[in-house]
Amino acid sequence: MTLNVSLEHYLILSAILFSLGLYGVITRRNAIMVLMGIELILNAANINFVAFSKYTAGNIDGQMASIFVIILAACEAAIALAIVLNIYKQFNTVNVDEIASLKD
Amino acid sequence: MLSLLTLADFIFYSFALIVILSACVVVFSKNILYSAFALLFTFFGVAGLYVLLSADFLAITQLLIYVGGILVLILFGVMLTNNVISVDIKSDAIQTLPASIIVAILAGTLCGLMYSTDWLPAKVNISNNISTASEIGKAFITTWLLPFEIASVVLLVALIGAVMIARKK
Repeated sequence: MTLNVSLEHYLILSAILFSLGLYGVITRRNAIMVLMGIELILNAANINFVAFSKYTAGNIDGQMASIFVIILAACEAAIALAIVLNIYKQFNTVNVDEIASLKD
Repeated sequence: MLSLLTLADFIFYSFALIVILSACVVVFSKNILYSAFALLFTFFGVAGLYVLLSADFLAITQLLIYVGGILVLILFGVMLTNNVISVDIKSDAIQTLPASIIVAILAGTLCGLMYSTDWLPAKVNISNNISTASEIGKAFITTWLLPFEIASVVLLVALIGAVMIARKK
Protein backbone atom coordinates (compact mmCIF):
# COMPACT_ATOMS: atom_id res chain seq x y z
CA MET A 1 0.00 0.00 0.00
CA THR A 2 1.53 3.29 -1.02
CA LEU A 3 0.71 6.69 0.33
CA ASN A 4 -1.39 7.41 -2.76
CA VAL A 5 -5.06 7.25 -1.87
CA SER A 6 -6.75 4.01 -2.83
CA LEU A 7 -9.75 1.99 -1.68
CA GLU A 8 -7.88 0.68 1.36
CA HIS A 9 -7.33 4.18 2.73
CA TYR A 10 -11.05 4.86 2.82
CA LEU A 11 -11.78 1.43 4.31
CA ILE A 12 -9.22 1.85 7.10
CA LEU A 13 -10.47 5.37 7.82
CA SER A 14 -14.01 4.08 8.16
CA ALA A 15 -12.81 1.16 10.32
CA ILE A 16 -11.24 3.67 12.72
CA LEU A 17 -14.39 5.83 12.68
CA PHE A 18 -16.53 2.74 13.35
CA SER A 19 -14.35 1.72 16.29
CA LEU A 20 -14.50 5.21 17.79
CA GLY A 21 -18.29 5.21 17.47
CA LEU A 22 -18.54 1.77 19.06
CA TYR A 23 -16.31 2.91 21.92
CA GLY A 24 -18.63 5.86 22.49
CA VAL A 25 -21.71 3.62 22.45
CA ILE A 26 -20.17 1.24 24.99
CA THR A 27 -18.63 3.66 27.44
CA ARG A 28 -20.79 6.77 27.65
CA ARG A 29 -23.60 6.91 30.19
CA ASN A 30 -25.56 9.76 28.62
CA ALA A 31 -28.16 8.47 26.14
CA ILE A 32 -27.51 11.37 23.76
CA MET A 33 -23.81 10.49 23.68
CA VAL A 34 -24.81 6.95 22.74
CA LEU A 35 -26.83 8.44 19.87
CA MET A 36 -23.78 10.41 18.70
CA GLY A 37 -21.78 7.16 18.70
CA ILE A 38 -24.45 5.57 16.51
CA GLU A 39 -24.21 8.51 14.09
CA LEU A 40 -20.44 7.96 13.85
CA ILE A 41 -21.01 4.27 13.10
CA LEU A 42 -23.56 5.08 10.37
CA ASN A 43 -21.16 7.59 8.82
CA ALA A 44 -18.42 4.96 8.78
CA ALA A 45 -20.75 2.56 6.96
CA ASN A 46 -21.64 5.30 4.47
CA ILE A 47 -17.99 6.01 3.67
CA ASN A 48 -17.57 2.30 2.90
CA PHE A 49 -20.60 2.26 0.62
CA VAL A 50 -19.43 5.27 -1.38
CA ALA A 51 -15.81 4.09 -1.55
CA PHE A 52 -16.85 0.67 -2.88
CA SER A 53 -19.23 2.37 -5.29
CA LYS A 54 -16.36 4.33 -6.80
CA TYR A 55 -13.46 1.88 -6.64
CA THR A 56 -15.05 -1.56 -7.05
CA ALA A 57 -18.57 -1.43 -8.50
CA GLY A 58 -18.09 1.56 -10.76
CA ASN A 59 -21.76 2.54 -10.58
CA ILE A 60 -23.92 4.58 -8.24
CA ASP A 61 -25.64 1.72 -6.40
CA GLY A 62 -23.44 2.29 -3.34
CA GLN A 63 -24.41 5.95 -3.28
CA MET A 64 -28.08 4.96 -3.43
CA ALA A 65 -27.62 2.65 -0.46
CA SER A 66 -25.94 5.38 1.56
CA ILE A 67 -28.77 7.81 0.73
CA PHE A 68 -31.17 5.32 2.30
CA VAL A 69 -28.84 5.03 5.32
CA ILE A 70 -29.00 8.82 5.71
CA ILE A 71 -32.82 8.73 5.48
CA LEU A 72 -33.00 6.06 8.18
CA ALA A 73 -30.48 7.96 10.33
CA ALA A 74 -32.77 10.99 10.25
CA CYS A 75 -35.77 8.86 11.29
CA GLU A 76 -33.73 7.19 14.01
CA ALA A 77 -32.52 10.52 15.44
CA ALA A 78 -36.05 11.95 15.58
CA ILE A 79 -37.58 8.89 17.25
CA ALA A 80 -34.67 8.33 19.63
CA LEU A 81 -34.67 11.92 20.82
CA ALA A 82 -38.42 11.79 21.40
CA ILE A 83 -37.87 8.68 23.52
CA VAL A 84 -34.96 10.34 25.37
CA LEU A 85 -37.13 13.38 26.18
CA ASN A 86 -39.85 11.08 27.50
CA ILE A 87 -37.31 9.20 29.63
CA TYR A 88 -36.04 12.50 31.00
CA LYS A 89 -39.58 13.53 31.95
CA GLN A 90 -40.17 10.15 33.60
CA PHE A 91 -36.89 9.49 35.42
CA ASN A 92 -35.29 12.98 35.49
CA THR A 93 -32.06 11.51 34.11
CA VAL A 94 -30.80 10.30 30.74
CA ASN A 95 -28.04 8.04 32.05
CA VAL A 96 -28.64 4.69 30.42
CA ASP A 97 -27.38 2.64 33.38
CA GLU A 98 -29.87 4.20 35.79
CA ILE A 99 -32.89 3.49 33.61
CA ALA A 100 -33.52 -0.15 34.40
CA SER A 101 -37.25 -0.38 35.07
CA LEU A 102 -39.92 -0.88 32.45
CA LYS A 103 -42.70 0.50 34.69
CA ASP A 104 -42.59 3.14 37.39
CA MET B 1 7.31 2.28 -4.66
CA LEU B 2 6.54 5.74 -3.40
CA SER B 3 5.17 7.84 -6.17
CA LEU B 4 4.55 11.53 -5.89
CA LEU B 5 1.63 12.62 -3.76
CA THR B 6 -1.01 14.47 -5.73
CA LEU B 7 -3.23 17.28 -4.54
CA ALA B 8 -6.12 14.82 -4.11
CA ASP B 9 -4.00 12.77 -1.70
CA PHE B 10 -3.25 15.81 0.42
CA ILE B 11 -6.94 16.73 0.48
CA PHE B 12 -7.82 13.16 1.49
CA TYR B 13 -5.30 13.17 4.33
CA SER B 14 -6.44 16.54 5.65
CA PHE B 15 -10.10 15.49 5.60
CA ALA B 16 -9.20 12.15 7.20
CA LEU B 17 -7.32 14.01 9.93
CA ILE B 18 -10.32 16.29 10.54
CA VAL B 19 -12.68 13.30 10.71
CA ILE B 20 -10.53 11.22 13.06
CA LEU B 21 -9.56 14.06 15.39
CA SER B 22 -13.07 15.43 15.74
CA ALA B 23 -14.47 11.92 16.21
CA CYS B 24 -11.93 11.49 19.03
CA VAL B 25 -13.20 14.72 20.60
CA VAL B 26 -16.79 13.46 20.24
CA VAL B 27 -16.00 10.21 21.98
CA PHE B 28 -13.49 11.30 24.63
CA SER B 29 -14.67 14.80 25.60
CA LYS B 30 -16.22 15.03 29.04
CA ASN B 31 -18.42 17.97 28.09
CA ILE B 32 -21.40 16.84 26.02
CA LEU B 33 -21.74 20.21 24.27
CA TYR B 34 -18.14 19.97 23.04
CA SER B 35 -18.98 16.51 21.74
CA ALA B 36 -21.99 17.83 19.86
CA PHE B 37 -19.97 20.62 18.25
CA ALA B 38 -17.12 18.26 17.37
CA LEU B 39 -19.71 16.09 15.63
CA LEU B 40 -20.28 19.05 13.28
CA PHE B 41 -16.66 18.86 12.11
CA THR B 42 -16.90 15.08 11.69
CA PHE B 43 -19.93 15.49 9.43
CA PHE B 44 -18.19 18.23 7.43
CA GLY B 45 -15.11 16.06 7.01
CA VAL B 46 -17.18 13.10 5.83
CA ALA B 47 -18.95 15.40 3.34
CA GLY B 48 -15.52 16.43 2.03
CA LEU B 49 -14.59 12.77 1.60
CA TYR B 50 -17.80 12.25 -0.40
CA VAL B 51 -16.79 15.08 -2.74
CA LEU B 52 -13.39 13.42 -3.13
CA LEU B 53 -15.16 10.16 -3.99
CA SER B 54 -17.05 12.05 -6.75
CA ALA B 55 -20.37 11.79 -4.92
CA ASP B 56 -21.36 15.44 -5.01
CA PHE B 57 -25.10 14.95 -4.48
CA LEU B 58 -24.41 12.77 -1.45
CA ALA B 59 -22.09 15.42 0.02
CA ILE B 60 -24.84 18.04 -0.22
CA THR B 61 -27.33 15.59 1.26
CA GLN B 62 -24.92 14.90 4.11
CA LEU B 63 -24.64 18.61 4.85
CA LEU B 64 -28.39 19.22 4.62
CA ILE B 65 -29.61 16.24 6.63
CA TYR B 66 -26.80 15.59 9.10
CA VAL B 67 -25.62 19.12 9.82
CA GLY B 68 -28.95 20.85 9.25
CA GLY B 69 -31.21 18.21 10.73
CA ILE B 70 -29.70 15.55 12.93
CA LEU B 71 -27.11 17.76 14.61
CA VAL B 72 -29.72 20.40 15.45
CA LEU B 73 -31.95 17.65 16.86
CA ILE B 74 -29.07 16.35 18.98
CA LEU B 75 -28.32 19.87 20.25
CA PHE B 76 -32.01 20.26 21.14
CA GLY B 77 -31.77 16.96 23.00
CA VAL B 78 -28.69 18.16 24.90
CA MET B 79 -30.34 21.46 25.83
CA LEU B 80 -33.64 19.90 26.88
CA THR B 81 -32.28 17.04 28.98
CA ASN B 82 -29.55 18.84 30.90
CA ASN B 83 -29.55 21.65 33.33
CA VAL B 84 -27.98 24.18 30.96
CA ILE B 85 -27.77 26.88 33.60
CA SER B 86 -25.12 24.92 35.43
CA VAL B 87 -22.16 25.46 33.14
CA ASP B 88 -20.58 22.02 33.28
CA ILE B 89 -22.69 19.54 31.33
CA LYS B 90 -20.75 16.46 32.23
CA SER B 91 -21.15 13.02 30.83
CA ASP B 92 -18.84 10.50 32.43
CA ALA B 93 -17.71 7.18 31.01
CA ILE B 94 -18.11 3.71 32.45
CA GLN B 95 -16.38 0.38 31.79
CA THR B 96 -13.59 2.08 29.83
CA LEU B 97 -11.00 -0.71 30.21
CA PRO B 98 -13.02 -3.64 28.80
CA ALA B 99 -14.44 -1.35 26.12
CA SER B 100 -11.00 -0.19 25.00
CA ILE B 101 -9.71 -3.77 24.85
CA ILE B 102 -12.70 -4.95 22.79
CA VAL B 103 -12.62 -1.95 20.48
CA ALA B 104 -8.83 -2.18 20.00
CA ILE B 105 -9.12 -5.85 19.02
CA LEU B 106 -12.02 -5.06 16.67
CA ALA B 107 -10.22 -2.10 15.07
CA GLY B 108 -7.06 -4.14 14.57
CA THR B 109 -9.00 -7.00 12.98
CA LEU B 110 -10.97 -4.67 10.71
CA CYS B 111 -7.90 -2.73 9.56
CA GLY B 112 -5.98 -5.98 8.97
CA LEU B 113 -8.85 -7.42 6.92
CA MET B 114 -9.30 -4.23 4.90
CA TYR B 115 -5.56 -4.11 4.20
CA SER B 116 -4.96 -7.76 3.35
CA THR B 117 -8.00 -8.41 1.14
CA ASP B 118 -7.53 -8.16 -2.62
CA TRP B 119 -10.45 -5.99 -3.64
CA LEU B 120 -11.73 -6.31 -7.19
CA PRO B 121 -10.71 -3.38 -9.35
CA ALA B 122 -13.42 -1.30 -10.96
CA LYS B 123 -14.74 -2.51 -14.27
CA VAL B 124 -16.23 0.81 -15.26
CA ASN B 125 -15.24 4.07 -13.69
CA ILE B 126 -17.81 6.66 -12.81
CA SER B 127 -17.06 9.57 -15.05
CA ASN B 128 -15.58 12.29 -12.90
CA ASN B 129 -16.95 15.18 -14.91
CA ILE B 130 -20.71 15.00 -14.79
CA SER B 131 -22.84 15.50 -11.70
CA THR B 132 -24.28 12.38 -10.11
CA ALA B 133 -27.58 14.10 -9.27
CA SER B 134 -29.28 13.24 -12.56
CA GLU B 135 -28.09 9.62 -12.40
CA ILE B 136 -29.36 9.30 -8.84
CA GLY B 137 -32.69 10.80 -9.87
CA LYS B 138 -33.03 8.30 -12.71
CA ALA B 139 -32.09 5.41 -10.43
CA PHE B 140 -34.70 6.52 -7.88
CA ILE B 141 -37.57 6.26 -10.36
CA THR B 142 -36.38 3.07 -12.08
CA THR B 143 -34.42 0.39 -10.22
CA TRP B 144 -34.81 1.85 -6.72
CA LEU B 145 -38.48 2.82 -7.00
CA LEU B 146 -39.80 0.42 -4.35
CA PRO B 147 -37.20 1.32 -1.66
CA PHE B 148 -37.85 4.98 -2.48
CA GLU B 149 -41.58 4.63 -1.83
CA ILE B 150 -40.97 2.57 1.31
CA ALA B 151 -38.55 5.25 2.56
CA SER B 152 -41.26 7.89 2.17
CA VAL B 153 -43.67 5.76 4.21
CA VAL B 154 -40.96 5.20 6.84
CA LEU B 155 -40.36 8.95 7.08
CA LEU B 156 -44.09 9.59 7.53
CA VAL B 157 -44.35 6.91 10.22
CA ALA B 158 -41.27 8.27 12.00
CA LEU B 159 -42.71 11.79 11.89
CA ILE B 160 -46.07 10.75 13.37
CA GLY B 161 -44.39 8.41 15.84
CA ALA B 162 -42.00 11.06 17.12
CA VAL B 163 -44.86 13.51 17.64
CA MET B 164 -46.96 10.86 19.40
CA ILE B 165 -44.09 9.86 21.70
CA ALA B 166 -42.93 13.37 22.57
CA ARG B 167 -46.23 15.21 23.08
CA LYS B 168 -47.66 15.89 26.48
CA LYS B 169 -50.21 13.35 27.66
